[in-house]
Amino acid sequence: MSTVKLPPVLRKLSGGVKEVKAEGQTIGEVLDALDRQYPSIKTQLLTEDGQIARFVNIYLNDEDVRYLQGLVTPVATSDTIVILPAMSGGK
Amino acid sequence: MGETYNKLLKQTKNEIMETNATQADDLLCNNRAVRLIDVREKYEWDDGYIPGATHVPRGFLESRIEETVPDKNTPLVVYCAGGVRSVFATKTLHEMGYNDVVSLAGGYNGWKNAGFKTVKPQTLTNAQQSRYSRHILVPEVGEAGQLKLLAAKVLLIGAGGLGAPNAFYLAAAGIGTLGIIDNDQVEESNLQRQIIHTMDRIGQYKADSAAKAIAGLNPDVNVVVYKERLTAENIERILPEYDLVVDGTDNFETRYLVNDFAVKYRKPVIHASILSFDGQLTTLLPYDGPCYRCIYSDPPPAAMAPNCSEAGVLGVLPGVIGLLQANEAIKQVLGIGNSLAGRFLLFDALEAEFTELKLRRDPHCVACGEHADIDDLIEQHKRGDVLIPACRIA
Repeated sequence: MSTVKLPPVLRKLSGGVKEVKAEGQTIGEVLDALDRQYPSIKTQLLTEDGQIARFVNIYLNDEDVRYLQGLVTPVATSDTIVILPAMSGGK
Repeated sequence: MGETYNKLLKQTKNEIMETNATQADDLLCNNRAVRLIDVREKYEWDDGYIPGATHVPRGFLESRIEETVPDKNTPLVVYCAGGVRSVFATKTLHEMGYNDVVSLAGGYNGWKNAGFKTVKPQTLTNAQQSRYSRHILVPEVGEAGQLKLLAAKVLLIGAGGLGAPNAFYLAAAGIGTLGIIDNDQVEESNLQRQIIHTMDRIGQYKADSAAKAIAGLNPDVNVVVYKERLTAENIERILPEYDLVVDGTDNFETRYLVNDFAVKYRKPVIHASILSFDGQLTTLLPYDGPCYRCIYSDPPPAAMAPNCSEAGVLGVLPGVIGLLQANEAIKQVLGIGNSLAGRFLLFDALEAEFTELKLRRDPHCVACGEHADIDDLIEQHKRGDVLIPACRIA
């Protein structure tokens, strides 16, 4: 199982947990597993046609999966996935 | 002058080559490899020097010249005030292995009297030497770096959580001009983190309050206060006046506005944002690295983007992240170190953990991508119909 780091805005869905383990051979499968664990999390991250929303970046280790193979990027158990929506706070 | 001295000077002149001001000027114009070495004392240098010269006082010539001019085949023109000390300096340089050295006959005075250009160096005052002594001691900063900081113009967007530590430390560092734009007023709930404001300034404009704090810290800093919200109407009056921008705003509208105009005017932006225990920052260098739209082409819906007034923030977090921004700003001004361009630095205060992610330029970016029309995007802002997300390029 790979490790998924959740941003503050998704932690209300995970009951405050910010790092979870999730099964999956690809980024898409990991998101599916996450969605089973925390229903509706996927709808926050993907567009209606199933693409990663443009206000969210998903990193496999330190690389944006858009520059890998997107949702079909293979994931290993030792990998860390960082989900990072845009954040605007400054004050 | 003593007899021995006169004899020694005459003898040394016979052993070296001399040039006059006109020949030296020709040489400097036609051969970019030529280096001018000024061997006078500091007080003489401070009074003016020949453009392009490097100052290596005669007393330090032997110890410093190899560091200054490592290649001994470099053509050198050496000068002093009247062309005497440079004769001896030229001989010394020959003895040290420099094989293409000439002494400027008549020296700096002869050059100046012949009508050639001179410049007066910028120098720190005694008070500045004392104030910035810890910077000057650091070789990567030094007096030249401090002069760069004093000449720099930095625009702080927001005098809040991120703006406060930036304003304090950039002012302390001697950034010569700090623009501060913020139309908010100081409230009691700000004081948990916005350390530049004080109890007795509650109700005052944050930009004014920050300016007062800076005036009490460093009189070298010229603070330009803008008690207004940054908009497409005023940004072109303000942004082009500055060398770089520190973005400490709290909303996406301003962040995209700043990004697009910074791309247009090619101004570096030190970007950061904070929420609860999490902070993130990067340096946006237009066309040399990703811009904000390369990272996030669209802002999130409101439900996915609470701000600090809704979700809260640990008071020290903007201090940590704001000072990392100030560090980036100072490095950018000095041109030292590795910037965060192309890197997203995340900080988790609860875990005391930093994470670094790679950022890339998006070839399809509507602001700086291959087919982007930045002028059109700017026009959309001015018309007020720039949609965030901005209109897609077909």
